[in-house]
Amino acid sequence: MNDLSPERQERSANLKGMGCSRKRVEDARFTQGKGNYVDDIKLDGMLHGDFVRSPYAHARVVSINKDAALALPGVVAVLTAEDLAPLNLHWMPTLAGDKQMVLADGKVLFQGQEVAFVVASDRYVAADAVELVEVEYEELPVITDPFESLKSDVVLREDLAGQTEGAHGPRKHHNHIFTWEQGEEAATNQVIDNADIVAEESMYYHRTHPCPLETCGSVASMDKVNGKLTLWGTFQAPHVVRTVASLLSGIEEHNIRVISPDIGGGFGNKVGVYPGYVCSIVASIVTGVPVKWVEDRMENLMSTAFARDYHMTGKIAATKDGKITGLHCHVTADHGGFDACADPTKFPAGFMNICTGSYDIPTAYLAVDGVYTNKAPGGVSYRCSFRVTEAVYFIERMIEVLAIKLDMDAAELRRINFIKKEQFPYTAALGWEYDSGDYHTAWDKALKSVDYEGLRKEQAERVEAFKRGETRTLMGIGLSFFTEIVGAGPVKNCDILGMGMFDSCEIRIHPTGSAIARLGTISQGQGHATTFAQILASEIGISADSITIEEGDTDTAPYGLGTYGSRSTPVAGAATALAGRKIRAKAQMIAAYLLEVHDDDVEFDIDRFVVKGAPEKFKTMKEIAYAAYNQAIPGIEPGLEAVSYYDPPNMTYPFGAYVCVMDIDVDTGVPEIRRFYALDDCGTRINPMIIEGQVHGGLTEALAVALGQEIAYDELGNVKTGTLMDFFLPTAWEVPNYETDYTVTPSPHHPIGAKGVGESPHVGGVPCFSNAIQDAFRPFGNTHTNMPHDHWRIWQTANGLGLHD
Amino acid sequence: MTEKMHIKLKVNGEDKEFLAEPRELLIYALREKLNITGPHVGCETSHCGACTVTLNGKSVKSCTMFVAQANGAEITTIEGIGTPDALHVLQESFREHHGLQCGFCTPGMIMRATKLLEENPTPTEEEVRFGMAGNICRCTGYQNIVKSILAAASELNAAKEAAQ
Amino acid sequence: MIPAAFDYYRPKKMDDVIALLEQHGDDARVMAGGHSLIPMMKLRMAEVPHLIDLQDIEGLSDISVEGGKITLGAMVTQHDLINHAGLTAAAPILREAALQIADPQVRYMGTVGGNVANGDPGNDMPGLMQCLDAQINLVGPNGTRSVAAREYYEAAYMTDREDDEVLVSISFDTPSGGFAYEKQKRKIGDYATAAAAVQIVKDGGKVAAASIAMTNLSDVPVWSEGACDALVGTSCDAAAMKAAAAAMLGDIDPSEDNRGPVAFKRHVAGVILTRAITRAWDRA
Repeated sequence: MNDLSPERQERSANLKGMGCSRKRVEDARFTQGKGNYVDDIKLDGMLHGDFVRSPYAHARVVSINKDAALALPGVVAVLTAEDLAPLNLHWMPTLAGDKQMVLADGKVLFQGQEVAFVVASDRYVAADAVELVEVEYEELPVITDPFESLKSDVVLREDLAGQTEGAHGPRKHHNHIFTWEQGEEAATNQVIDNADIVAEESMYYHRTHPCPLETCGSVASMDKVNGKLTLWGTFQAPHVVRTVASLLSGIEEHNIRVISPDIGGGFGNKVGVYPGYVCSIVASIVTGVPVKWVEDRMENLMSTAFARDYHMTGKIAATKDGKITGLHCHVTADHGGFDACADPTKFPAGFMNICTGSYDIPTAYLAVDGVYTNKAPGGVSYRCSFRVTEAVYFIERMIEVLAIKLDMDAAELRRINFIKKEQFPYTAALGWEYDSGDYHTAWDKALKSVDYEGLRKEQAERVEAFKRGETRTLMGIGLSFFTEIVGAGPVKNCDILGMGMFDSCEIRIHPTGSAIARLGTISQGQGHATTFAQILASEIGISADSITIEEGDTDTAPYGLGTYGSRSTPVAGAATALAGRKIRAKAQMIAAYLLEVHDDDVEFDIDRFVVKGAPEKFKTMKEIAYAAYNQAIPGIEPGLEAVSYYDPPNMTYPFGAYVCVMDIDVDTGVPEIRRFYALDDCGTRINPMIIEGQVHGGLTEALAVALGQEIAYDELGNVKTGTLMDFFLPTAWEVPNYETDYTVTPSPHHPIGAKGVGESPHVGGVPCFSNAIQDAFRPFGNTHTNMPHDHWRIWQTANGLGLHD
Repeated sequence: MTEKMHIKLKVNGEDKEFLAEPRELLIYALREKLNITGPHVGCETSHCGACTVTLNGKSVKSCTMFVAQANGAEITTIEGIGTPDALHVLQESFREHHGLQCGFCTPGMIMRATKLLEENPTPTEEEVRFGMAGNICRCTGYQNIVKSILAAASELNAAKEAAQ
Repeated sequence: MIPAAFDYYRPKKMDDVIALLEQHGDDARVMAGGHSLIPMMKLRMAEVPHLIDLQDIEGLSDISVEGGKITLGAMVTQHDLINHAGLTAAAPILREAALQIADPQVRYMGTVGGNVANGDPGNDMPGLMQCLDAQINLVGPNGTRSVAAREYYEAAYMTDREDDEVLVSISFDTPSGGFAYEKQKRKIGDYATAAAAVQIVKDGGKVAAASIAMTNLSDVPVWSEGACDALVGTSCDAAAMKAAAAAMLGDIDPSEDNRGPVAFKRHVAGVILTRAITRAWDRA
């Protein structure tokens, strides 16, 4: 059976299963303008909702006068907290166990906060009515800095006054949310106190935003005749939205249908539940007609979930020859006005405790303090698993800082500290069990591919030329090696609002041998309809072209926790494979019956079951499917369907090795990316074309974050980067071509060995770009400068090092 | 609200007439009055290009044009460049080279690319990147978009040569 | 982002435009490509109860290059500038600058007139027109008049143009010598962190004449006579360029914004200017 005869090769190729670069089935509708996004939904009698938002970052709402707005022809309703309170919908739970105002209740806590919801006949009337709602504010002192917040007498969350216990333990101050500790503090301090070498650094990972090209929105339609609520929206987790909507509204869950149509990019922005969703539901219940709410770009950047905003302080201890002995990390996390982080319940700082990275660090300690400020709530995983981007940035910067202190090459320092292949499964000092890895092989391949030694030589020559005044550009070599932690997660560890983070797949094989599979996840561009069909094709022997993949409709799809944190392939992909195996098991019995042999005497071969030792005797899956429905088989019930709910035994741990070469104009601060090499190991590769596309995209979002993408506030809490003029989304002109490469280290616990890839390039890319900038200035005494490395900050670094004198 | 105007457009070869307030934006008129939902709204400040259509022979961002301004114009959108049975070369090429992911930017991207190739049938990679710089994609990192456009250019040129 | 309602006019004759402006005063605005005005209206930062669209006025899109004189109609787009061979031959700095403005789609709609007329400090054409010593031609109730670009800008969004006047064209003598338009920006579509327009005439190895202006470094474009004087008569050596940059730095007054603090902008202004002069001199 192991020969790859041309005949078997052809049958295998016809399946378009795992490992082939199958073209995407989604593309036909997208390239013809036939995608169906939330703003494309148009229902009879549909009204439009629009928000009155606070211009102030902190203020008391003294009064709201709706009269002028209500008098405008076409205005149907103006909702305020007062209107929502009787329904108990003026506050809603956040994913982090906090509660958030749906509409300002007494005061506002950030600029852009929702104050009133106008419902009108069309978007033009709604916009005019927003201008006519008169809100009187009394300004309060604004706090935009978390350190200041922890010292301030100003109480941001008056609703929590007197509460000393938070969702994650004691609160130290009225603006403090939680302290989260992991690892051994005393032991770590002892290691650091007794170490040969200790490097310390403080770094700020600035606030940014996922900014998918499609903003957030929803259409709610309450059918009062049948008592059914249908809700379309930009939901990365539609089933969770249904459950939350049911809990909030009191409508029984079977009477709510949530549909995520096509989603124009998510990157974490569409995980949370926003006031707009709630208001569209309430407005539809109140008016009895469908209500659409779609935010504009400024609203998206000002009010929906931000990412990062971590102030991190690290100490890393090592022996004289560079063996790391301990790591200490403290984070002050700015969560804004409400704690609306999208993390599993037990992980208020997500998986920040993966901050020992890819290194064998025996002792470590992490503490995170969450703090309220007058900034927008959020804290989502922007193209990463929960806070992993922060963790990897932290350790990859600490490694560089330590290399400087040791006067050692940073590539070599990494090499001598990597977890070794034979140490897997490896339990890290902060608790995670890494499933598999071969870091040394990946690193050596990466360094060889870019001729690392040659690059260092060239860089040294450039420094000399610079010192001689022959050039004004410096060369930076950015390195990063990352380990992601994705696929949340084991239900025993991971839940969101109490809902376990399993995922699911349900398969129906049709009598003629084609199939439909439905999953609890939802694609936002990842190509699920293409890749999940490939997994199934390999598992059940039906061509991927004959398998429809459907997601996002809670009335038809099995319950699942959705798509974020690169969890679709690790969790739903596993469910798909296992559901496929259930199909195959039943197919085996049917085949054996049809072939008149014992079950054990047939075996699966690509697209059929064959009699062992007699491959000319076989039944194809097509034949088996037909028989399953149309032939009475003793002891086997008709039909060919399966469901699998998969609770992963562990996370998966994709990893990668990246190298970036940059030239930096010292006089203008303009960096030019000369080369970027990315080696990714995501375990078993399902569709290489799609993997490569994910890598290109993740790296580009990493470039953006590292080089300029920032949500900046002034001291009054005004958002300074509210449009795409100032919020940096690179165009084709600013983005280089990337070189991609790979190794394959399958996950030992995943049914097909796949680990997930969508977020790796972002997680590994940000420190790589940043390290390139920092590395360029290392010969002149730079140890660390904060991102984003926009022109002026790079210039400032050069200036501070005296390079303009 | 001001008085509605009588608007006439020729969209994808068909004459369309409707009433609209002058301030209505062309993108919303197309999407909501004419149910042409291929062009999308991304940034609303003319930075992202998701709303790109061809208007009187120009690539324009329809979020930054009043419907009154467009009155009398001839417009082509993504819906007007191919049919399911006869796709435009660029539509084929984007699929072939994985030039899209979430698909939200794609209609604007392809419309811009049609005009780019019309004006410069043999662009270099640099010219493609520069010519596409009015369109933002958040998913692909552009590498495969550039590849798709260059491949479409080659194909169009090969077809032209074969025809001569 | 939905603009407030307005009355819309698309007159065919300039007289009708003027009449509308006289009738509605401050409440009326003319619009060319709309790419400055429409975003402001969508953000409700500009209130325009009466909007006058100039697209049907004849003759405003003409480009004339003859007799040593160049005239650009107000409705000439950046795209037109880039693709006009005669213009590029006569005044190549226009193409070089226009390619650095906004993005392809915006350049199809964005006009020279719109860019020059409003006094937006971020626009590139005002500085360029000062460099070229252009005349800005206005039409109003009392007929036509011309203002030197170097006299036109008073403050941010404040110009010499009266509310009832319309900018109809811009004219200047065909420039000679070397040229450069150098611009640093954060990305495509951004305004300049610093931009410089330079024209240099070389004679016998010396600078015979120079014209230098910079953009987005004050609330108005800055044409620096001191910077020009610093070059004239020199061999455009390092010392001369340094003197020119110093003179320019004395004339600009940048303010801090998302592009960076004042010290950075001043430094970059000097660098960009030096590069522009170097390139213009090489081409002279």
